[in-house]
Amino acid sequence: MKLDSIQKQLLAEIADLHSIPEGAYNIRSNSQSVGRVSTANIEITSKTDVSGMDIRIKPGTRHQSVHIPVVLTESGLSEVVYNDFFIGEDCDVVIIAGCGIDNCGKADSEHDGIHRFWVGKNSKVKYVEKHYGSGDGTGKRILNPGTEVYMDENSTMEMEMAQIKGVDDTDRKTVAELAAGAKLVVRERLMTHGKQRALSTYDVRLNGAGASADVVSRSVARDDSYQRFDAKIVGNAPCNGHTECDSIIMDNGRILAVPGLEANDVDAALVHEAAIGKIAGEQLTKLMTLGLTEQEAEEQIINGFLK
Amino acid sequence: MLELQHISFEVPENDATHEILRDVSLTVPAGRLVVITGPNGGGKSTLARLVMGIERPTSGAILFNGQDITSLSITERARLGISFALQQPVRFKGLQVLDLLRLASGRDITPSDACEYLSAVGLCARDYINREVNASLSGGELKRIEIATVLARGTALSIFDEPEAGIDLWSFQNLIQVFQDMRRDIRDSSIIIISHQERILNIADEIVVLQGGTLAMQGPRDQILPRLTGTASALQGCRRIGGGEQ
Ligand SMILES: Nc1ncnc2c1ncn2[C@@H]1O[C@H](COP(=O)(O)OP(=O)(O)OP(=O)(O)O)[C@@H](O)[C@H]1O
Ligand SMILES: [Mg+2]
Repeated sequence: MKLDSIQKQLLAEIADLHSIPEGAYNIRSNSQSVGRVSTANIEITSKTDVSGMDIRIKPGTRHQSVHIPVVLTESGLSEVVYNDFFIGEDCDVVIIAGCGIDNCGKADSEHDGIHRFWVGKNSKVKYVEKHYGSGDGTGKRILNPGTEVYMDENSTMEMEMAQIKGVDDTDRKTVAELAAGAKLVVRERLMTHGKQRALSTYDVRLNGAGASADVVSRSVARDDSYQRFDAKIVGNAPCNGHTECDSIIMDNGRILAVPGLEANDVDAALVHEAAIGKIAGEQLTKLMTLGLTEQEAEEQIINGFLK
Repeated sequence: MLELQHISFEVPENDATHEILRDVSLTVPAGRLVVITGPNGGGKSTLARLVMGIERPTSGAILFNGQDITSLSITERARLGISFALQQPVRFKGLQVLDLLRLASGRDITPSDACEYLSAVGLCARDYINREVNASLSGGELKRIEIATVLARGTALSIFDEPEAGIDLWSFQNLIQVFQDMRRDIRDSSIIIISHQERILNIADEIVVLQGGTLAMQGPRDQILPRLTGTASALQGCRRIGGGEQ
């Protein structure tokens, strides 16, 4: 597997990968698979009709991981990739995705990753997805992830999504359907700066008794950036749903939080919370009394907030 | 160490101005423990905020070790060696207790160093070190962590604004021990404690009484304490203040 230093750095940013990962993996660089390993329990195959992969995880697979990072370093590249995950029953696995774009050129670079998950009964999945952009070209770095999650009875999925730096334009759409007893936890962290724009839309359907969803977004919008957080939870059975948008705005940043709750069952308990505001002056003051400058204080508060 | 010269502080109120402190002059020599007391609204917290640079006086000067710091920023004063534990500590989403203690000490201290500061204020360090300094902490816990940040700084001048508020009676003796240890460990350090508690007044070298924005009394404990508790009306006043903790 040959990667140049920029590609290696992108991999480190998005997947904490400094060498070849353990377990199953596929590393995609500039639209090519540059390394792939399946294991006894996790099989990765290329799709034949469109660009992308099928990842099949055998029932009962426990404590194993799949890495599928994507890096783009050629300016002007635009791709749509479909990855389907078929996770058997009684699994306990970690899936690490993520996309890093380095664009030093004039043309826009775009990666649209469509990830679909079928999570089997009683299975537990942790999914981590980080987005990162670098490069000082004028071409935009664009990421439009689509995520679909179909959760069977009593399955659990924990999604951790982070986009902290360098992505100019994002339109993220996440839909989830939960059967009885299934549990979805989403933690999204987002920071935009410059003229960046980030949209994040959730549509979570709690279809079975005892299903629950907890979707929490923490974000910071600086400079002239814009964010929209649009979280909808539909309760079609006795269930629990909670969405939360907690945001800091700075400079000329703008944030729109759109709550959406729909209860179609008298025992659906749905809650939405949203708070948007600038950094509290007293927080800055407190850190300054510890000897930090105002900028240092700001940085610490934001780092902590997005941790 | 610290010298306040003719400090006045006014805030705009409708079309007029409202005077919160009037002509307060005060000297805190090195190595002294000074307790500031007086009725609610007397101007004690305001005075502390002026020393830390959170507010600027309308007139008068503040000297620290002979240097005029009146126009210095909060950061500059902190770096010169002034620390302040707030009456109402601030909460932070995401920042952990260890982060805050690291920022306070100015070093990348280890968890076990941090534990010492937490143990000193009576918190079982293991349970707290990774807690977020957010709304999940109780008032008393937050207050103790606030005191620990000042301990971690270990500066020449430390100001505590009602450190005992919210701290259970059972831990009170430990708190007193914290101040006594600070005096021993930081050479020539001065401590200012704002308090309504007789047990804290009892460890003062000097007592200052602020009332209605002016210095009502000031002097060695032996002279001031009997006057605070000696007369019937003063006693009543003290009881009222003592019960008025927030
Ligand atoms: N920025 C401000 N604007 C208007 N009024 C103020 C301001 N700051 C303080 N005050 C007023 O000044 C007075 C003194 O307040 P301060 O907080 O210093 O009192 P204190 O002596 O610390 O009281 P306590 O014992 O209740 O803590 C109060 O009447 C308060 O309402
Ligand atoms: Mg006060």
